[in-house]
Amino acid sequence: MSPTNLQVISAEKVLYEDDVDIVVCPGIEGELGVLPQHAPIFTLLQTGEIRVKKGEQEDSIFVTGGFLQITQEKVVVLADAGEQAQDIDEERASRAKERAEERLNQQEQDTDIPRAENALHRSVTRLRVAERNK
Amino acid sequence: MPSIRQIRQRIRSVESTSKITNAMEMIAASKMRRAQQSVLASRPYATALLDILSDLAQRSLSGEVQDVNPLLEVREANTIGVIVVTPDRGLAGGLSSNMNRAAEEFISTQTAPVKVVTVGRKGSDFMTRSQQDIVATFTQISEYPALDDARPVAKIVQDEYIAGTMDRVHIIYPEFVNTVVQTPTIRQLLPIEPSDDSSTDSSPGIDFAYEPDPGTVLSGLLPRLVEMWVFHAFLELSASEHSARMVAMNAATKAAHEMIGDLTLVYNKARQEIITTELLDIVSGVAALEQS
Repeated sequence: MSPTNLQVISAEKVLYEDDVDIVVCPGIEGELGVLPQHAPIFTLLQTGEIRVKKGEQEDSIFVTGGFLQITQEKVVVLADAGEQAQDIDEERASRAKERAEERLNQQEQDTDIPRAENALHRSVTRLRVAERNK
Repeated sequence: MPSIRQIRQRIRSVESTSKITNAMEMIAASKMRRAQQSVLASRPYATALLDILSDLAQRSLSGEVQDVNPLLEVREANTIGVIVVTPDRGLAGGLSSNMNRAAEEFISTQTAPVKVVTVGRKGSDFMTRSQQDIVATFTQISEYPALDDARPVAKIVQDEYIAGTMDRVHIIYPEFVNTVVQTPTIRQLLPIEPSDDSSTDSSPGIDFAYEPDPGTVLSGLLPRLVEMWVFHAFLELSASEHSARMVAMNAATKAAHEMIGDLTLVYNKARQEIITTELLDIVSGVAALEQS
């Protein structure tokens, strides 16, 4: 089978581009495994990890939501933000996690709860992805 | 005529000014290069997003997308929102004043009341002075714009639009044409007008399966589109500001060198004059001694 061309793009830069064998994406309705010649699809992504397999090599990219577009010749991920697993700044992520927890714990009048929860979810997932790819 | 010492001081001060402007020019040049790179880096995302939008727009025109998204709803414009994107700092030639003039002209030609969101200190100062209705002010953006800077700006106008307190939103930003030309550009942000221009569609005829459904995807896509346009305006601003500063500082350095040349000429003339007078004194003194 011919490999699929995968591009992971955020508004700031191209995060990943390569010809790969398998892509597993965190779709909004659950994990989505993509092999070459997948049917054209367009879906929303949730915060999570994109796992890529190319021969023996495995890569992992963290994304905080976005879109997935699959066409005959390529797979394009439009990420809101993200980075390759080895580039995750764990210190920053754990600080973000503490901040979010603090905000949720002391819930004042003007606390934006969904926003804090999202931030918590993002930082926890980031840490998990970094941990798994050590 | 100023004394020889005054001229010397003047030359020294112009020299040190020219060193500063020269340094600023080089800094601006390197920042400009970075800004241009980020404009290029943001392009693939924009292209991909617009492709999908035009595909979805065709579906919504053909009635496949049932519920119209609030960001697409066209209303009579009773209140107009304007985002004015300007630099934070001056010394960038005519960029700030050009932007402010364009914004003022646009606002004065509107028939409905206008609410202003300012980005950058130059615009916020100007809008406060001309007593516009300012909804929000953002500063510290133009150095290295990040997508996170664009999100809150995009969110404010979307919230106002959905709440019905703005019926149309425009963004005014300096478009980077080349190093010497930056044109103030006005773009309509909301309601989003899906272009039915099929020439931008790089993947024609592909029948995508939308998951969960086209409507949900569309409502996820549109806010990102607004964010992207705001972000794009920021990047254009950054490239424009740095290049305008580079050109302005280059002109300032050149003017300083010219001035130093002129001053040196005056200085030498004055010096020669003094020497001539002194020589004359000595010669006439010697002549007087010989006579006696």
